[in-house]
Amino acid sequence: MPYNETVANLGLEEYKYGFVTKDKPVFKAQRGLSEEVVRQISAHKDEPEWMLKFRLKALGIYNAKPMPKWGGDLSGLEETMDQIYFYLKPQERMERSWEDVPPEIKETFERLGIPEAERRVLAGVGAQYESEMVYHSLKKEWEEKGIIFESIENGLKLYPDLFREHFGTVVPPADNKFAALNSAVWSGGSFVYIPKGVKVETPLQAYFRVNSEQLGQFERTLIIADEGSQAHYIEGCTAPVYSTDSFHSGVIEIIVKPGARFRYTTIQNWSNNMYNLVTQRALVHEHAHMEWLDGNLGSKLTMKYPSCYLVGEGAHGQILSIAYAGDGQHQDTGGKVVHVAPNTTSQILSKSISKGTGRASYRGLLKVYDGAKNAKSNVECDALLLHDTSRTDTFPYIEIEEHSANVGHEASVSKIGEEQLFYLMSRGLSEDEAAAMIVRGFIEPIARELPLEYAVELNRLIELEMEGSVG
Amino acid sequence: MSEPLLRVADLRAVVAEDGTEILRGVDLELKAGEIHAIMGPNGSGKSTLAKVLSGHPAYEVTGGSVTYRGEDLLALEPDERARAGVFLAFQYPVEIPGVSIANFLRLAVQAKNPAEELDIFDFQELLLERMQLLEMDPSFAERAVNDGFSGGEKKRNEILQLALLEPALAVMDETDSGLDIDALKIVANGVNRLHEERPEMAVLMITHYQRLLNYIEPEFVHVMVSGRIVRSGGPELALELEEKGYELYRDEPAAV
Repeated sequence: MPYNETVANLGLEEYKYGFVTKDKPVFKAQRGLSEEVVRQISAHKDEPEWMLKFRLKALGIYNAKPMPKWGGDLSGLEETMDQIYFYLKPQERMERSWEDVPPEIKETFERLGIPEAERRVLAGVGAQYESEMVYHSLKKEWEEKGIIFESIENGLKLYPDLFREHFGTVVPPADNKFAALNSAVWSGGSFVYIPKGVKVETPLQAYFRVNSEQLGQFERTLIIADEGSQAHYIEGCTAPVYSTDSFHSGVIEIIVKPGARFRYTTIQNWSNNMYNLVTQRALVHEHAHMEWLDGNLGSKLTMKYPSCYLVGEGAHGQILSIAYAGDGQHQDTGGKVVHVAPNTTSQILSKSISKGTGRASYRGLLKVYDGAKNAKSNVECDALLLHDTSRTDTFPYIEIEEHSANVGHEASVSKIGEEQLFYLMSRGLSEDEAAAMIVRGFIEPIARELPLEYAVELNRLIELEMEGSVG
Repeated sequence: MSEPLLRVADLRAVVAEDGTEILRGVDLELKAGEIHAIMGPNGSGKSTLAKVLSGHPAYEVTGGSVTYRGEDLLALEPDERARAGVFLAFQYPVEIPGVSIANFLRLAVQAKNPAEELDIFDFQELLLERMQLLEMDPSFAERAVNDGFSGGEKKRNEILQLALLEPALAVMDETDSGLDIDALKIVANGVNRLHEERPEMAVLMITHYQRLLNYIEPEFVHVMVSGRIVRSGGPELALELEEKGYELYRDEPAAV
């Protein structure tokens, strides 16, 4: 097929989550960011004084910090930020039953398949719509084991001491400009506590939906996995397609206490008008395991580098990252691991696919502090380019202060080769089938780590995107 | 006289990138069930012939014709040729990381018959049975296609594909290259069994050495030099080549 025809056939307009729901929000802040907006958010949440102070201080930090000059092109973002709404309250209170969620909002989540998945495979579900969690529910058997799975606002209200002890300790407001922004205007997100020794066998899931045009979503999640516990948390994200840009900037803080194992999976499929700038970080204590599985398929620009701070001896951190950059998209993703304690181990595996004019950048930091004796780390990043116009870059930063550390780094860039296509076609597969098979094989090491339903969905998306995509 | 399965007439082809002429008027006929061997020195164009028959995009046909079952084979895309029953066993099978042999073969078998959904259990059974026939360990099917395979494993994987796809014409490009004698026996044995099972399958072996022909006996042997078939005969021709080498043909007049 001629190349131009191919590009016209890329099928990005087939984004199936682009629908809009007509609803009646109960409160909408004025456009843009100001101290008044921050005070309004805090007042709507009926927060204690310390939190308002925390927010205002963060606002000051945000205003003082310059826009990052690295990563993706943020030149359009400042203009976007003057136009967007930083807070939009969709309903009066959060519900425990789907029956009580307003019908139009409930229908949105029905269309996204959330209640269905909840019934079948999940331990609990949180659903955020615009700026607030509209639904949060945990199956009884897990509630009885003392698991806390709440909106972040309820976490602050119902568990003030546990909350305050950990909030802002993993990602302090001054960490980066967008962490400061989130700290000032955060709204929605989850508060999770897994008690000592409790193993949650099925995943907890949070789903983030932005419905309105020109809305900013700033969820904040705080997770504490107590000693010897085990759990898996999944977040999914979608939004309608608008001609104007929207903005999502979350902060996720996770504390993995000694001997605990925690996995956090993101399947981000924002519409292609979304700036997605997220800070995700875990503190990993003695002999604990933290795994980030980060799937970035949507958005206009994503800048996201899930990180593990290995602060306890024998801690292990793993980051599996998969990025798909279609026409006009830039995925600036990767991971960050900081080895602080001895005998800590880590692995980063990043796979990216760039199609059309898409750009995928791997950006990673591996730091081993003096004293992190026998730290071991392996970083591998592989890029697959589908067209001559597709782009990939690799920015691996490695800082090693400890002589006994053992660090490996491998990077590869490949194109779908004529020989591979011909080989598969000579066995009767069409060109599209052959290309999709090569891409599926490329992401297999990560796809196999996903829960089955997500792996199937990922493969379906890839097949859709691959139709007519080989020149 | 029955109609040949494959008729190649005055076939000419160049390297698409730079126009270098490789095939300079190849003539060849195969009937269903026949086993032919094309022998020739390095650079004679015999591997190019195999690739051109399968539709490799690196070559451009500049003249002549290829008729397969009475149809113009050159008008078909590579995948259409495969579905029509033309199979190429590669000299250098390609690695497809992350794709298991079982998955790959299931889609390939399905592609042959798109109208009917292939039952996954039926396929598993078929795959196991075919692997047994070729004395292959079932765990082999779970490995990624050719990824990290030894030379012998790659060639056996080609024969397994041949066994599942059941083509009307099997073109085997230097199947013997890079194999030790034990691996060669296993591969040749597999091909012989498949031919016994489906005697209507025609085989076109392309080889540099006579060695392979000790194990798969051709009825017809052709000598290819400088992009043309310069001599055809029976199995005795292969033995003569073994003895005297290709030297004899070096001075053969080039195609004019």
